[in-house]
Parts: sequence; C-alpha cells; structure tokens
Amino acid sequence: MTWLFLPLLLIAAIAAWFVGSAVARRRGEGQRLHSRPAQHGAYALIWTAVPALVVLFAASVFSAPVERHLTLTGAPEVVQQLEPFRREAFFADARAVGAGRTTMQVWVAPYAELLPAEGARTGRIGQMLSLGGVVAAALACLLGVLFVFSQIRPGLRARNRVEGWIVGVLFACSVVAVLTTVGIIASLVYDSIRFFAEVPIAEFLFGTQWSPQTAIRVDQVGSTGAFGALPLFAGTFLIMLIAMTVAAPVGLFAAIYLSEYAGPIFRATVKPVLEILAGVPTVVYGFFAALTVGPAFRVFFNEIGGWMIGGPLDGIGQYLSLVQNQMALVAGAVMGIMLIPFVSSLSDDIINAVPQSLRDGSYAMGATRSETVKRVLLPAALPGVAGAMLLAVSRAIGETMIVLMAAGAAANLTLNPLSPVTTVTYQIVALLTGDNDFNSTKVLSAFGLGLTLFFVTLLLNIVAHRIVQTYRQQYD
Amino acid sequence: MTDAPKLMGDGPRAPRVDRLRAGLKRRYAREFRFRLYGLLAIGLAVGFLLLLLGRIFEQGHTAFVTNEMTVPVYMDPARVDRAYPHGTNFEQLVAEQQLRRFGIQDDATGTAAAEMRQLFSSELRFKAADRVAAEPGLIGQTVTIAAPVADNADLYFKGEITLATPADQRLLSDRQIAWLDRMKAEGAVRAHFNTALFTRGDSTEPEQAGLLGAVIGSALMLLVTAVIAIPLGVGAAVYLEEFAPKGRLTDLIEVNINNLAAVPSIIYGLLGLMLFINWMQLPRASPLVGGLVLALMALPTIIIATRSSLKAVPPSIREAALALGASKTQTVFQHTLPLAMPGVMTGAIISMAHALGETAPLLLIGMVNFVPGIPHGFGEPTGALPSLIYIWENASERAFHERTAAAILVLLAFMIVMNAAAILLRRHFERRW
Repeated sequence: MTWLFLPLLLIAAIAAWFVGSAVARRRGEGQRLHSRPAQHGAYALIWTAVPALVVLFAASVFSAPVERHLTLTGAPEVVQQLEPFRREAFFADARAVGAGRTTMQVWVAPYAELLPAEGARTGRIGQMLSLGGVVAAALACLLGVLFVFSQIRPGLRARNRVEGWIVGVLFACSVVAVLTTVGIIASLVYDSIRFFAEVPIAEFLFGTQWSPQTAIRVDQVGSTGAFGALPLFAGTFLIMLIAMTVAAPVGLFAAIYLSEYAGPIFRATVKPVLEILAGVPTVVYGFFAALTVGPAFRVFFNEIGGWMIGGPLDGIGQYLSLVQNQMALVAGAVMGIMLIPFVSSLSDDIINAVPQSLRDGSYAMGATRSETVKRVLLPAALPGVAGAMLLAVSRAIGETMIVLMAAGAAANLTLNPLSPVTTVTYQIVALLTGDNDFNSTKVLSAFGLGLTLFFVTLLLNIVAHRIVQTYRQQYD
Repeated sequence: MTDAPKLMGDGPRAPRVDRLRAGLKRRYAREFRFRLYGLLAIGLAVGFLLLLLGRIFEQGHTAFVTNEMTVPVYMDPARVDRAYPHGTNFEQLVAEQQLRRFGIQDDATGTAAAEMRQLFSSELRFKAADRVAAEPGLIGQTVTIAAPVADNADLYFKGEITLATPADQRLLSDRQIAWLDRMKAEGAVRAHFNTALFTRGDSTEPEQAGLLGAVIGSALMLLVTAVIAIPLGVGAAVYLEEFAPKGRLTDLIEVNINNLAAVPSIIYGLLGLMLFINWMQLPRASPLVGGLVLALMALPTIIIATRSSLKAVPPSIREAALALGASKTQTVFQHTLPLAMPGVMTGAIISMAHALGETAPLLLIGMVNFVPGIPHGFGEPTGALPSLIYIWENASERAFHERTAAAILVLLAFMIVMNAAAILLRRHFERRW
C-alpha cells in the first residue's frame, strides 16, 4: 500500500514543481517576481512532498506498536492468557493462515479453531493501519498543495522560504545523531530498569557468581540464575590489560619511529600497511585468534609443561600441559595486534603536534634524537598520549568478535592469563542470540551489561577527548 | 659560559675527554637501541599483518578447488521411483553398484555400502533425480553422472586427511581411502574450480555451501546503509560546518557525534534489536534492519570525513560566490560542496568498507542463524559475509575451515577494491589549495 503511494507522491511532487513555476509565471505577468519561477516551483514541490513524507514516516514508526496493542486487546480470552512468546507465535501463524499459507506449528483444540478468524482479524487491522497511514499522508499532501498554491504570488519570497526549508532539513539531519544517542540510552535504560527491579544493582556490580540460566519450569534443579557480573568485568579488564601491554609499546614506538626517524619513502610505505591492519574486520582477527594463535599458544604451553613435569616445578607443569585453546592471553594478544594501528596513528598525530621549536631547542643543546624523544617530546606529549591510550582502552573493552571467537564462555573470576575468561560483550551476544523472551531476567541482564558497557566507554571517551583537546590547545 | 675556560683548566685534559668520549659512546649506543626498538615495533606490526594474511591464504586457497567424481549409474528399474524420482536413494544405489564393480562382498548389515555412501555428496542424488525426472526413458540404462565428492573425501584428495594419522582419529577409514585411491587411479576423480562456492547460498553440507547468498545479503545491506547514511551524514556535516550558529545546541551535537563514533558496535546491535525489531517490528535478520543499524553506525564517520573536507575548501571561494550575489545556500550547494565532493566520497566509501566488515551488531539482530538459499528482497532473513564467516568458523565439519578462510579472502577482496577505489578517487580529484 505504502509502496504504491510513494511513486504517486513522487509524480505529484514533480507535477507540483512544473505547475508551481507555471502558476508563478502567469500570476506574475507584467510584474516583477521576487523569486524566479523555478524557485516557486521548488517551494510548491516541498509543500507537496514533505508533509506527506512526515506523516508516512511517523506512521511507519508508530504503526507496529499500535497494531500489536489492537491485536492483543481484541483477541479472545484464551489467546490473551497465553505466555507472551506463545502468543506471538499464535498471531504469526494466524497471519499465515489468513494469507492462505500453512503453518509450521500444530495448535491444539481451542486455538486451532480460532486461527482463521484471528488471521482475518489481524489482517484487517494491518490493512486498516496501512490504509489509514496512506489516507492521512494523502490528506497531508492535499492540504500542503492547497496551502502552497494559495501562497504563490509575485511578492512571495519563494527563494528565501525554500532556503529556509533546506537549512531546516540539514538541521534535521544533524539531529539524527542526537536522536541516535537518545535511542541508545532509551533502549538500554528501559530494559535495564526492568532488570534492576529483579536483581539489585549492588549484587549485579559486586556479585561473584555469573550463571544466567534461569529455570524455565518451577521444578527444575540447579538453574536458579545468578547475576553477579564481577567475573565478566574481571575478564574484560584482564583481556584489555593484555591487549594494552601489546598495543601500547608497539604502537607508541612505531609512531615515534615514523614521526622522528623515518624518511618520507619509508613512511609512505609503512603507513598504508598500518592502515590495512586497521581496516581488517574484527571477525577476521577472531578467526586468526581461534585457529592460528590459540592452537599455537596451547602447543607452546603444553610443551613447556611437558618439560616441567617431574621436575621441581611439577605442579606448574601439570597445569601448563592441560592449557586449552581458549584463554585470555590469546584474545588479549590478538586484540593488541588489532589496536597497534589505532594507537600508532593517534600517537603519531599527537607527537606531530609538538612544536618543532622544542625539538630544535633540544638538538641545539647537543641531545641525541632518542634523548630528545625521551626527555622533551614524550613529557610534552604525555597528556595526549594518555588520552590516546584511554581511547584504545575503550576500544578494547567494547571489542566483541575476538573475545567471542577466542576467549571462551566460562565466567571465571581470575587474573590468570592462561585460563578461559568471559567478557561483557561475549555475554551480551550469548544472552541475546537464541530464543529471546523479553520477560526473562536472563535476556534483560544483557541490557544491564549493555548499559554498563555504554557508560564506561562513554566516560573513557569523554575524559580522553577532554585530555587530548586541552593538550592540543596548549600548543595552538 | 664564563666558567667554561676555568673548568677546562681545572684538571688534566686527557681523562676528561676520555670520559666524555666514553659517555658519548654510551649515548650513541642508547640512541641505536632506541632506534632499533622503533624499527622492531614497525617490523612487528608489518610481520603480524603478513602472518595474518599468509595464514588465511594458506588455509583458504584450497577451498577454491574442489574434486568431482564421475560415476556410472545404472538406473535400476526396481529401485528408481518413477512417480517421484527425488525420493529414490541414489547414494545407496550408486554405493552398491560401486562395490559390485570393485568386487567387494558386503556384509549382512551393509556396512561397506554405508561407508561407500559417505564418499558421495547428496548432490549426486539431486543430479541423478533431475536426469530421471527430465528423461524418464533413462530408467533401465546406465548414465554417467558427475557430482562433487563428499567433504571428507575432498579433504583427503587435498592432503588434509592423510594415512599417517591413526585410523581412530581420522575421518575416513582405511577402506574408504583405498576406494578413493582406486577411483582416482581410474580417472573418475577430477579437480576443478569450486564454482559452487560462488553460485550458491549457505548449506549444511560443506561441499554444497556457497557465498552467493551472503554476498547478496551484504550488498543489499550496504545499499540500505549507503542510501540512508550518506545523504544524512553529508546533510548533517554541511549544517554543522556551514550553517550552524555557534551555541550550546551546536556544541551538544558536536560532542554527541564524537562520542557516537566511539560507541562499541555491539551497543548499536542492542539499539537495532530494541528499536527496529521489537518496537517497529521489522523482520528479523533482514537486510533492511541490518542496513539501518549499519547506517546509524556509519553516520558519525561520514559526518567527520565530510566536515574535514568542507574545512579544506578555502574561504576565498565562499567569499567570491557571496560577493557575486549568491545566497548562502547557493554558495554551499553550487560551490563549496561540489569542491569538497572527492573528499566526501572517499570518506563515504571508506566508511562503507568498514560497515561491510562489521559483525557484532549483525549477530544481535538475528544473523547468527543458518539461512539457506539466496535472498530476494530487503525484508527476507538473510546472511551477510562477516556473519557467515562467524557461523562457518563455529561449524563442526573440518571442510568448513578452509571455506571460512576462503570467505575471509572474498571479504578482504571486496574491502581492498573499495579502499583502492577510495584511494584512486582521492589521487585523481584531490586538489591542494
């Protein structure tokens, strides 16, 4: 329905452009027009298309919740009493029956008879809503047309008005960024509140037990569900720490070499290589970690463990010989590789921002290049470098694919880099892939984790940006 | 430096110079070491990249070739179902005929036939059934049919499974390997380019699994992303750079965009799940939802790139246009923006390449599930290249490993093409003012 209306609207808008210019030309015969006829045409086009588009957009955003509400309230008692996910399935099948398809599920006595009637009813509701949207849009279009054609006259400042509309649309574009943030916060907070109503915040933040499998049946044993996220925070922190131990020195030294030692040709070849490293998708790093680094590390530690067994360090040897593919060290090391170009390009910018006069002064005093770097450049650039490292930390905390493929699922509260650990991002994916029932604490806990992750990374970013900015201003 | 000569005259000259010389040596050694660390760091980064690409190529290049088996099939009138040829168990039929040809007596439970059957792909059945369905007259005759070998047999021909591994850790028995060798010796097995990889959708059978469904899914998704994110991003950047009054609201929007660029991608997945799937009830795992989520993610990057290329256009151009009587809007849309366009397009292409490789948000909007076939529209469930890589990496069949690496090579090829296009665009149109 909507898809049929859009081409019609397009034709109407183009027609409005031509008619608008013609009308302006005719009404302005013998007089001087303030704006050119084409600008009147553009003004007519805007008033024809925009109101209808706004109505259509609003309808497409809000019709789904309204449809859900209407379907539910009009349904027979027995259907309303179904559990939410069964109810969803029932309506999905009812729609399928209404459309003349066969259903995948088998419904028992009271429901099976209801399916065709409910299918017809939900189909009617859907049609009514989409028809309503289109009618409202057509009405908006008509009102716009009536308004704009009553306006066209020689003295109309059509150009200024069109330009006002253009600026308005551009402003709306930039508001989308703000709306995205609002959307993120709203969608995280809404379900987080429901989660924290069931699990106290203190227990979530400081509890040491994480086993989100809640009982599906009341009589089920051993799955009460514990939502202490401390092991996840510890795992995230551990992997971040390992990643930064790899990325910080390598990235920083690479940046120093590139900005202080490298000639133009060397720089021109190495920089694209680092850019390629930065452009490799994280799922590729995850594959590399899971199938290359993981097995290599396991073999390495198992060999070392094998030598130690029977010696004075027998206990450690026993442990090492049983190390598995999935460990914090693998995910951390590969994440460190991923972060090298990020750290080096940020540090490169920051080192380059240190004024040349500081270097020249140091050289004039007889310092070598490395002495200049260590005693002059790095102290001067320290705040900026710290900001860059914080940004890298925030990236490491939010990274998902590498830990998903290489870190493991066991929620161990440990700082041992050889043990499998799990992270916040891993758990979000694990909790939300599968059958989602948005009323279970298990699924809601993913939003609690998401909110925590969002706030921590937001804080890190704000602090880092502030540091980098004040540092930049220092030398401007 | 009035005290320098006094210092000079303080003691014997030679030992002090020696001391300075020694110190200098130490300092130069330190300098050398420092420089070495820098080179080492760059070497490490480049080495990691080479190792990464090398390993993936090493694991993946074998997937581009596959082995095909040509077998004679006697369309036994007693076994082939005339009314419904696709219901016939051709694999069993061919396995028994092969055993007879090899002169092997099967035991009562048919273990040999079962083992033989494992060497054929289920594709054999479809091909044979298609032939019979098209030409019922073939029943009672012998037809030769070419079909891919099963995944493990393929791995054996590629040398991934060898006789050297103990039999209980091997995916093929001694008997099966002997049969495969015999078929190879008879010339029934032929290696050729793996067209299935590029012409088919996902499948649970590795030898029939292809990338086409995921490639089309990714393409549809990127189309949605580009159509939404590029106009919105450019519009927002033009507003912020050219029109926005200095004020609290503009500052708020700017801080916002900088922070959005650093929000972890998985958070966008949560947003997509709540907003597009739960609230707007758009179809799960569809290119539409994926494209919308990626568009929101790409938006800040495009805005930042567009703003910096708008900044690079010298103010003299704007002033000249305004001086000739152009309005602010005309100046921007007829002069500033066209001049900034190469930079804008470069930024847009790079952010699209980034969106192509993004995986985590796609997993949350439902693209972790097996989707067979090839998508036909924006509202159908589909896979995407990066999520397919994740799914295949998790698959238990060994033959999926090489295909995962091959899928990565294809993904990287797409990204390299996009980035190269961006670089060429920049080289070709870049103007220094």
